[in-house]
Amino acid sequence: MNTTVPLYRAAHGRTGDKGNRSNISVIAWHPELWPLLVEQITEEAVARQFAHRQPTRVARYLLPQLQAMNFVLDEVLDGGVNDALNLDSHGKALSFLLLDLPLRVPLSLQHRLVGPA
Amino acid sequence: MDNNILRIGCAAGFSGDRTDAAEPVVNALIAAGGPAVLIFETLAERTLALAQLARRSDPDGGYEPLLDEMLRPVLARCVKHGIRIVSNFGAANPAGAARRIHALAAELGLRAPRIAVVEGDDLSGPHHQALLADALGAQAERLQMVSANAYLGAEAIADALLAGADIVVCGRVADPSLTVGPALAHFGWARDDWTRLGRATMAGHLLECGTQVSGGYYADPGYKDVPGLARLGYPIAEIDADGHCVVGKPPGTGGRIDVHTVKEQLLYEVHDPSAYLTPDVVADIGAAELTQVGPDRVRLTGVRGHARPATLKVNVCHATGWFAEGEISYAGARAEARARLAGQVLAERLQGLGRLRIDLIGVASVFADDDGAWLADTPAGDARDVRLRVAMNHAERRGAERLVREVTALYTCGPAGGGGVRTALRPRLGTVSCSIARALVPARFRFVEASE
Repeated sequence: MNTTVPLYRAAHGRTGDKGNRSNISVIAWHPELWPLLVEQITEEAVARQFAHRQPTRVARYLLPQLQAMNFVLDEVLDGGVNDALNLDSHGKALSFLLLDLPLRVPLSLQHRLVGPA
Repeated sequence: MDNNILRIGCAAGFSGDRTDAAEPVVNALIAAGGPAVLIFETLAERTLALAQLARRSDPDGGYEPLLDEMLRPVLARCVKHGIRIVSNFGAANPAGAARRIHALAAELGLRAPRIAVVEGDDLSGPHHQALLADALGAQAERLQMVSANAYLGAEAIADALLAGADIVVCGRVADPSLTVGPALAHFGWARDDWTRLGRATMAGHLLECGTQVSGGYYADPGYKDVPGLARLGYPIAEIDADGHCVVGKPPGTGGRIDVHTVKEQLLYEVHDPSAYLTPDVVADIGAAELTQVGPDRVRLTGVRGHARPATLKVNVCHATGWFAEGEISYAGARAEARARLAGQVLAERLQGLGRLRIDLIGVASVFADDDGAWLADTPAGDARDVRLRVAMNHAERRGAERLVREVTALYTCGPAGGGGVRTALRPRLGTVSCSIARALVPARFRFVEASE
């Protein structure tokens, strides 16, 4: 039986920026949660979550030995630190938008989730 | 004890970092006893353009404004204990920074340190115009250039240290090169030893943002708790002769270093993990591994390196007009409705002037977009504490000032109960990047004497 939780209960991450490009890491809290991330936190899922920011490209890189993945989102910072009108021109907060994605977790792995339900 | 360990402590991760960072780092380096280097990383993408503007108004300025605050607490003990200092705090005027450090050393009654400056990054002079025009193509003519700097690598830093420098002051160098330079000099690696250069580069990558590896930019109560966030320890990397490193922090400081904090920083500002480009090497963390080897100590292994790029990255900063923003708050019953109405008023008053960004802080702002799609999709609610924020770019100062005046006028002409107007108006800088063949941008060092 599956339950659906926000991704932040299974993974953590941070945002970095270069120009108008953002990179967001997603890091499993436990190795047993890693296959769920690979299966569900796809380029398509992330592109949908950021659709209103109109990324021109979303690429995912896997680092299985670290149970980590790196998303690179092009043209997602409203122009980047130089041109954007937004408050968070670096996109520092964007990792928390990604970590709001839903994740289906089987009952057998729920004890690996972190934080308050 | 392995006595062929080089310890590199980082006491700043950006211009504006905490200036009381260095003392615990220096204490730990002295207590450890072996060869040690203190680095300060203070140059973000645009910091140099601001420094270039500062130098134009004061020929002796243009280096890190907090130089004194950073160095004064530790300079005497670094000189006494042979801890060498390497930094890019020279910004647009490394020689000016070197002269200031000499003056500071004299004030403190120290022997004159040997200070080297690394030069060659600054491409803003008239004799570089043709080179830049070539690299930038057609857009070059339209740019009102403020600064142009190549990202130099570690070699000139290493050469300066090998020539006996106590302190190496750089302008634009790649951030990890502040670490790679001292490692190259200390271990005497070949300059095409890509594997070791790759490893040292990722050690430098972990250090270069200061506390981002030791608990800063990490804490999230209930999920990622960090003890002592108000007194974070800055990182120290212990680098061995093969370039592997252990990252730790001074005893008694706050913060946390575990495989999770280090994983976040390892991937920070990385795109393809198998190709992290620097002037020194293409580092590859595709097979990197992290191991907790003690409390607040993590070992990085498995980093690979590939031949460095043939070209150097050059960042050109240019003036792009003016940026204006304004804010006003609404609170209590129907606050959100009043803030939305104020936003509509501004959109009407400023119509035709340029693209207007509207945020409702407390309702929809940080995740939203310049086109307003997120805000439009956020159903009107009854938030009771809302701050309206608007922003606009304009080619002319007078145009940008219109926004500032219209926000201010909401005091009397806007919805009920609007208060706390704050406005900002500043010149805007843009950045474009290009690549230039390495041979056309020679890096060099020279010593700056106390008497200069």
